[in-house]
Amino acid sequence: MNEPTPGALPGPLALGLRRAAVELKGFFREKDTVLFTFSLPIVIMVILASVFTQVIPDTGGITVSQLFVGGMIAGGIASTSFITLGAGIASDREDGTLRRLRGAPLPPVSYFLGKVVLVLVASLAELAIVLAVGVVAFDLTLPTEPGRWWTLAWVFVLGVTACSLAGIALSSLARSARSASALSTLALIVLMFASGVYFVPVSALPEPLITLGSLFPLKWMAQGTRSVFLPDTLTQLEVAGAWEHGRIALVLGAWCIGGLILCLTTFRWRGRREA
Amino acid sequence: MTTTVTHLETSVAIDVSGLRKQYGDVRAVDGLDLQIPYGGIVALLGPNGAGKTTTVEILEGHRPRTAGQVRVLGEDPQRAGRRWRAQIGIVSQEATDARDLTVREVVAHFAAYYPNPRPVAQTLELVGLAEHGKRRVRLLSGGQRRRLDVAIGIVGRPRLLFLDEPTTGFDPQARRQFWDLIRTLAADGTTILLTTHYLQEAEALADRVVVIAAGRVVADGPPATLGGAGRDLATVAWLEGGVRRETRTATPVPVVAELAARFGGDVPGLTITRPTLEDIYLRLIGEGHE
Repeated sequence: MNEPTPGALPGPLALGLRRAAVELKGFFREKDTVLFTFSLPIVIMVILASVFTQVIPDTGGITVSQLFVGGMIAGGIASTSFITLGAGIASDREDGTLRRLRGAPLPPVSYFLGKVVLVLVASLAELAIVLAVGVVAFDLTLPTEPGRWWTLAWVFVLGVTACSLAGIALSSLARSARSASALSTLALIVLMFASGVYFVPVSALPEPLITLGSLFPLKWMAQGTRSVFLPDTLTQLEVAGAWEHGRIALVLGAWCIGGLILCLTTFRWRGRREA
Repeated sequence: MTTTVTHLETSVAIDVSGLRKQYGDVRAVDGLDLQIPYGGIVALLGPNGAGKTTTVEILEGHRPRTAGQVRVLGEDPQRAGRRWRAQIGIVSQEATDARDLTVREVVAHFAAYYPNPRPVAQTLELVGLAEHGKRRVRLLSGGQRRRLDVAIGIVGRPRLLFLDEPTTGFDPQARRQFWDLIRTLAADGTTILLTTHYLQEAEALADRVVVIAAGRVVADGPPATLGGAGRDLATVAWLEGGVRRETRTATPVPVVAELAARFGGDVPGLTITRPTLEDIYLRLIGEGHE
């Protein structure tokens, strides 16, 4: 026993996948959290889209509900990625997960890889549920052109990345898991309004709210998903009168880079109380 | 990597000299020296705030130090990599993680981190959780939860195991079972550094007790000889004319024989006591505080 342990250490990728497996098990077994994370955007979408059903003039028969659903797709994936990481990492810090992992021969990158897979699976599931509810209940039509699916793909990837990084940064700022959970939910609800997800059309929002919303990823993600699921005649209801794909990519990309820097500078393995 | 480890290999598991850790104006650890050879159980005792936890966290690589030399398994914990981590096991206090996984899932998961892990079934058997493998962690009792923490700590076959107050909150029977587990691990060749509040635990388990007070080592030795010569003095007490009399002596038997001769047989209220580890300990940490 007094000889150095022989054998090779498992690779970071293999360990990342093992982390992903336990993250997914832990996440889906926590029934209340799963229910809350997945249902919050959907419940609100169902309520709003059921109340406002009138046809929007000059759009070829598009209803307000469809407009809601178009933006809510972004709201759903923002919610799963931002809240799952914001609250999840804060609770990992509080319950001793991070401390234990730091004492084990696990490369930090494997931990984050596990979280990435968790967020991707949760966000894809959320996307599928919102799309299913939209198609079944609110006349949402799935696009047929590959170009639109491509747009959905990059908006999804950039959006999930930006929101995940923002969530990680928030988890470091919060004092406890409880406050991280409350803070991330509050921030998300405010942004849902300011980004024209809970309120349509976005161009009808007061100027200061539009400015606030435009600073964060959600407004651009919602604009992106609307561009995928609504006809181009709806651009008249956007703030700039266009889908602005270039600008969406630019803002989300900037958030990814800024978020990464924020995470690298603020991430803490320990809780504030034990510093 | 392998060559570096071999090169730095030393005869002691833990080698600390002049360790200091300062938080602002507070010196939590203030010139601590400690050498621990491979094998055996060493207990680290000390009151709250004595620098015990800080020291252990520095040894585990969880905390940077302000000054001093530290070598654990031949490496500086502050710079050591994954290969070093794979050779130490840490059982910390108050973990409540992995609540939604089963016992077996958790141990199997951590086993995958190590190059040469102990088989999961054997690990569960060793800590006495074999029957609870399918149980969700959130449903475990406090004692079972600590056993799981130990299982995670030893599944990688560590050469050095840190145990931080492992039996806090145990009932006496659970504590004795736990001690047997620790002895089994030590018999297997694992070097164990145990932090504890229970003097009885240190006395029962450790080959050597190191007392820390005010950030320094104030005593170091086998539990039976701790505290030096004072430990050997016994107090002989008896009643004479209704008044309690006592005398401190290194040789109580002749004293008692003399008393017996004087009283012509039985000596009223006769007691012979030696200071317990607790008495010695309290005296030691009292000195450290001055």
